[in-house]
Amino acid sequence: MLPSRVSPSSEKLPDLGVDLDAIESGTSLWKDAWLRLRKNRLALMSFWVLVFMVLFCFLGPFFTGQDYRTNNLEKTLLSPQAGHLFGTDDLGRDQLTRVMVGGRVSLGVGIIATTVSLLIGVAYGATAAYVGGKADAVMMRFVDVLYALPFTIFVILLMTLFERSIVLLFVVIGAVEWLTMARIVRGQVLSIKQQEFVEAAVSLGYSSGRIILRHIIPNVLGVVVVYATLTVPAVMLLESFLSFLGLGVQPPMPSWGSLIKLGADNIQLYPHLLVIPAVFFSLTLFSLNFLGDGLRDALDPRSSKD
Amino acid sequence: MFKFIGKRLIQSVLVIFVIITVTFFMVRFAPGDPFSAERKMPEFIKQRLMEHYGLNDPVMVQYANYLKQLVRGDLGPSFTETRSVNQILANSFPVSLELGGWALLIALGIGLPVGVVAAVFRNTMADYVPMSVAMIGICLPTFVLGPILAMVFGVWLGWFNVSGWFVTADRVLPAFTIGLVYAALIARITRGGMLEVLNQDFIRTALAKGVPFGRIVMVHTLKGGLLPVVSFLGPALAGIISGSFVVETIFQIPGMGREFVSSAFDRDYTLVLGTVILYAALITTANLLVDVVQVILNPRLRFEDS
Repeated sequence: MLPSRVSPSSEKLPDLGVDLDAIESGTSLWKDAWLRLRKNRLALMSFWVLVFMVLFCFLGPFFTGQDYRTNNLEKTLLSPQAGHLFGTDDLGRDQLTRVMVGGRVSLGVGIIATTVSLLIGVAYGATAAYVGGKADAVMMRFVDVLYALPFTIFVILLMTLFERSIVLLFVVIGAVEWLTMARIVRGQVLSIKQQEFVEAAVSLGYSSGRIILRHIIPNVLGVVVVYATLTVPAVMLLESFLSFLGLGVQPPMPSWGSLIKLGADNIQLYPHLLVIPAVFFSLTLFSLNFLGDGLRDALDPRSSKD
Repeated sequence: MFKFIGKRLIQSVLVIFVIITVTFFMVRFAPGDPFSAERKMPEFIKQRLMEHYGLNDPVMVQYANYLKQLVRGDLGPSFTETRSVNQILANSFPVSLELGGWALLIALGIGLPVGVVAAVFRNTMADYVPMSVAMIGICLPTFVLGPILAMVFGVWLGWFNVSGWFVTADRVLPAFTIGLVYAALIARITRGGMLEVLNQDFIRTALAKGVPFGRIVMVHTLKGGLLPVVSFLGPALAGIISGSFVVETIFQIPGMGREFVSSAFDRDYTLVLGTVILYAALITTANLLVDVVQVILNPRLRFEDS
């Protein structure tokens, strides 16, 4: 039987731990990064934990046979038992379903608000760096000024003073989180801008918009992906912080933050109400942070910790 | 040097002024008023109250009056309590200051030594174990850590009171709740800063000249290695303040954080403004101090601003 494909190089050379197929096809940044990421067990485990969390929260409620907002005052504050695996809350609602739906809210806000801040931050940072000069100075000075403002205070003010809605929540969180993104992207673009291929594109007479979109942004994407992964937990933290204070999503809609609040109020008698949502929330945050760290090491080996 | 401090001082005053203005108009234009709370009062009493506090004047007049009052150091009367805002803050600020002080002490007292040891014994157990624990610490938000500490050390072990602010022991749980997260962050930042300096040529030179290693770490490395920690203190203070919102709610501490959150809920305009102004002054002063200390520690910065 003949091998389907004979690669002249792979037959006699000793195994150097190099993926020869990858070399043959020319390794791209992303393929390279994926190979490195696969070796990082912690990051890979985090990835699967996150996949589990997403499936659990988004598909789970279809299988529990319970509704997250139907009160049942005959069955309040039950301990975990058959039929209510995580027990019930103070209004007799199934805690398992509420943890799942709360996860939907927390993860959903995390992803959407991150996307919003990402779009603003990348556009702003890339423009500032690309245009340069006075415009850059003014734009970044504006970011500096915003940085100096005590943002959690304003976020709390906005959420208490105005009618609380999930849209306001997105706007408020997005407005806080784009600043760092803008700074990082600007730094990256500044260094890329000076490279030859950009000069070539300029001399070919391409428009600035095209150069930013087609030549610069693809090269910044690595950093953006890494930072986005690390922004999601930051956003989830902020959302849960607000929900904990009663300023985030409004009842009967749960979020991991408001579930933790309920648990915190009942630690004396019903510790499971605190422990279960706290574990889910923390586990998700750990995984996102570890995955972000892993991605950073994989996409930018030079910046790895030592 | 003095020119630099003067410039930054003017900037700080400007930032505080912007914060006062933004907060003032945000609070005024938000729907609702301080007297539309739970208990309905007869319309004519409400009108008298509005008249009495000057709330029927045009907004610009109110703004000018407020600024005039502010220059005299008077933050006005509270709308929901009989005490003046000055009195409320005079009572609650020292409580929060003490809490924040302990938290910062814990953060630096644990974070600095752990970070230095981890850097010196890089890639050994003395590095891996504390840094992994620190990673967990960073992911645990105060509103998870607080209730868990209260549950374990307050309810189960019975070592401390679950809430209140009466005896010295009541400081322990809240201070650790805020401090531990920052201890973890400071440990990581210290480690990074120390490693950067330890890898430099002058350290190798010192080693080659026979300077004892302990002296190299304590004298040659520490000064440069601590720079990132110093610049982190500004954000850390802002974080400790927002941590106090949650922790003072969990542990029922009569501090400024709880005052701020409840005043925003009650639309107590003057109290909201008073707390925000105090926070803004605190944060900008801290940032100013951090900048000055940084310039003192790092002479290279002196030439950048000219």
